[in-house]
Amino acid sequence: MTTTKDPLGLGDIGPARFSSVPEVRQGLAEVGYLADEGIAGVVYLADRLAKPVLVEGPAGTGKTQLAKSVAELTGSRLIRLQCYEGLDESKALYEWNYRKQLLRIQAGQVLADGAADPSADRHSPTWAELEEDIFSEDFLLTRPLLEAIRADEPVVLLIDEVDRVELETEALLLEVLSEYQVSIPELGTVRATRLPMVFLTSNNTRELSEALKRRCLYLHIDYPDIERERDIVKHRVPGITDELADQVARIVRSLRTIDLRKLPSVSETLDWARTLVVLGVSSIDATAARDSLHILLKYQSDIDKAAKELLSATEA
Amino acid sequence: MLHLLSGFVEELRRAGLPVSLTEHLDAAEAIHHVPIEDREALKYALGATMVKSASHWHAFETAFDIYFARGLGSGEPGAAEDGSAPGDRRPLAGERQGQQGGGAMDQLTPEELAALLYQALLQGDQSLMRVIARQAVTRFAGIEPGRPVGGTYYLYRTLRNLDLDGVLARLVGQAKREREEQGQGELSPLEERLLGDEYRGRIDQLKKAVEDEIRRRLVEDRGAEALARSIRKPLPEDLDVMHATRDELATLQRALQPLSRKLAVRLARRRRHRRRGPLDFRATVRRSLSTGGVPVEPRFRHPRPAKPEIVVVADISGSVASFARFTLHLVYAIQSQFSKVRSFVFVDGIDEVTRFFERAEDPAEAVQKINTEADVVWVDGHSDYGHALGVFYDRYGDEITSRTSVLVLGDARNNYHASEDWVLAELRKKARHLYWLNPEPRDYWGSGDSIISEYGQHCDAVVECRTLRQLERFVGDLD
Repeated sequence: MTTTKDPLGLGDIGPARFSSVPEVRQGLAEVGYLADEGIAGVVYLADRLAKPVLVEGPAGTGKTQLAKSVAELTGSRLIRLQCYEGLDESKALYEWNYRKQLLRIQAGQVLADGAADPSADRHSPTWAELEEDIFSEDFLLTRPLLEAIRADEPVVLLIDEVDRVELETEALLLEVLSEYQVSIPELGTVRATRLPMVFLTSNNTRELSEALKRRCLYLHIDYPDIERERDIVKHRVPGITDELADQVARIVRSLRTIDLRKLPSVSETLDWARTLVVLGVSSIDATAARDSLHILLKYQSDIDKAAKELLSATEA
Repeated sequence: MLHLLSGFVEELRRAGLPVSLTEHLDAAEAIHHVPIEDREALKYALGATMVKSASHWHAFETAFDIYFARGLGSGEPGAAEDGSAPGDRRPLAGERQGQQGGGAMDQLTPEELAALLYQALLQGDQSLMRVIARQAVTRFAGIEPGRPVGGTYYLYRTLRNLDLDGVLARLVGQAKREREEQGQGELSPLEERLLGDEYRGRIDQLKKAVEDEIRRRLVEDRGAEALARSIRKPLPEDLDVMHATRDELATLQRALQPLSRKLAVRLARRRRHRRRGPLDFRATVRRSLSTGGVPVEPRFRHPRPAKPEIVVVADISGSVASFARFTLHLVYAIQSQFSKVRSFVFVDGIDEVTRFFERAEDPAEAVQKINTEADVVWVDGHSDYGHALGVFYDRYGDEITSRTSVLVLGDARNNYHASEDWVLAELRKKARHLYWLNPEPRDYWGSGDSIISEYGQHCDAVVECRTLRQLERFVGDLD
């Protein structure tokens, strides 16, 4: 433990954001995110151990929302880095503003031309000056990772869909994730004054590298169990009756037991519940279910299958 | 505690989970931050620091249940269930009652126990279910101390005696009757299904309780380490496809979909990013205008190579039956990702099955159709690679071009027919790649009627492909 911390100056990880797991859970519930014990526990640990959290799970189960909610809960600014194929250093970490640098050089030339003939002796000191000048912070464009490191206020850094970047690009993240610092060759190392909370999300389109996983706490968010889903529906859909929320949760649970191409996610459940409320459905019968099933399921074959299994099958 | 943790980490590693030293240290630190008596919190703390893949969670959970079993350290089975014991988040009234009433429970006749079980399931009373589970294990499992078993048989014996299927039917039946008595008409199919799923969920909880109970007793009997050894199972990616059970196969098939997506992503990425094309002069000049004519950022053309064509030839004979099912799902997955895939299956005859996959939206349906409709039997329905390959070459040989990658899937057990390996030699000349995936362990290659070496000499690579991990490695090495 000491090897991972003291030499890096992480001995002081700052004041605890939360005092206990139930507090995290309570707090998240207040900002509208119903966490289960596992989620709250990992968020708490992430703060205590000063480690990033890698969140995996099926689409639409609230991975990104978790980061947003934690930001809201802790009153931090959310800095988001959306990953995509081809993301590189200049988009993720920092970039030199070369247009401005060029302008600076040209401006220097104009000034020099006004003076005496430029000779080799006179040129070299100005070049050193110039170099010092154009590689200073004025010419640095900060990108999300560096921004999160340099921020003075509390920050939550969200690195979204990290599985979309190439394996090689992943390495960019490692320094930030384990040591909360960014090395810029011309400037030196920028170290975080306040450790940000970091969340990475992944849809598991590819296996992430061992090196990345090792540096993170791992959290797998699966579809919620029926009680939690019901609570989420009640919480997020205004004007829904307890009875309807219960029915929605139960139907969705049954749907998830069927072998479908794409299982309904929590966000789709919420969309469905909202639709039902708007339509003024007070209790779901077969017709109401059939007419609105396409909100939950996105493939025609799934809809047919679900309708067949749920609405017309007789119990074996 | 640290000692216990080390043992636990050892066990995880033995089960195949890659737990690194850093992760071990993280876990050690993490447990300082959770209340030690809270079993759930401990589980999540350990899980978050050491388990970095969702497919490993099950193995972790099993090991955790053994090493940090309820009532660990107290020695007394009874003390564990006391409200204050680790793991019981809330003291359950029913539990205590069960504890004291343990003697009373022993007195119950089987009929009374069944009635109690029925009530517990009807009301979803979890504490009562746990008490019943304990009682049922005592009564029916017939645990023999000291036997080195994993408890599967005990579980089976207990559950058989509880007749849960019958209970489920009665529960649903009663709900129906009540409805009719109240004059509200019949249950709609939807309601019936929901009700059924509700009860099924409760029954699963009961099964879990029984399983936990058996495991707890086995740990008491033989100690955590010994038990862990007997119930250790391979991780999903290490399962041997040839010997997988039905449930395991289902797990594998679920895992295949992301794998084929990975395969597609990988190939596509290689195509796009592998090389930079030649300098794009126009774009570079245009770009340089914003920097005052200095070409700071040169632009390159993207190479646009042709789409890969894939031909899959799979053996679906009896000797590789479960592998065949797996392969068909794999073919389905490949086909859904690539536009130019043709698939063939053979036993001793060969038939093209691309059409089945194209039309089907559901792999199971396609596999079903292939098994019933594909014309793969020529004489007797025993593998004849020679004949199948010969026919393949005659009929489709002309369509193999320098852009085609050919994948042959099979164990090369030819029943001593002629090998006709010249077909593969010809294919290799024509095709871009020729790979052979063999589901048999490498040690068996060449034994008996296996003529893999004869075929293998003509292939770019012959790969042992028994587990998902091996398949993944093959995909990873693809060029």
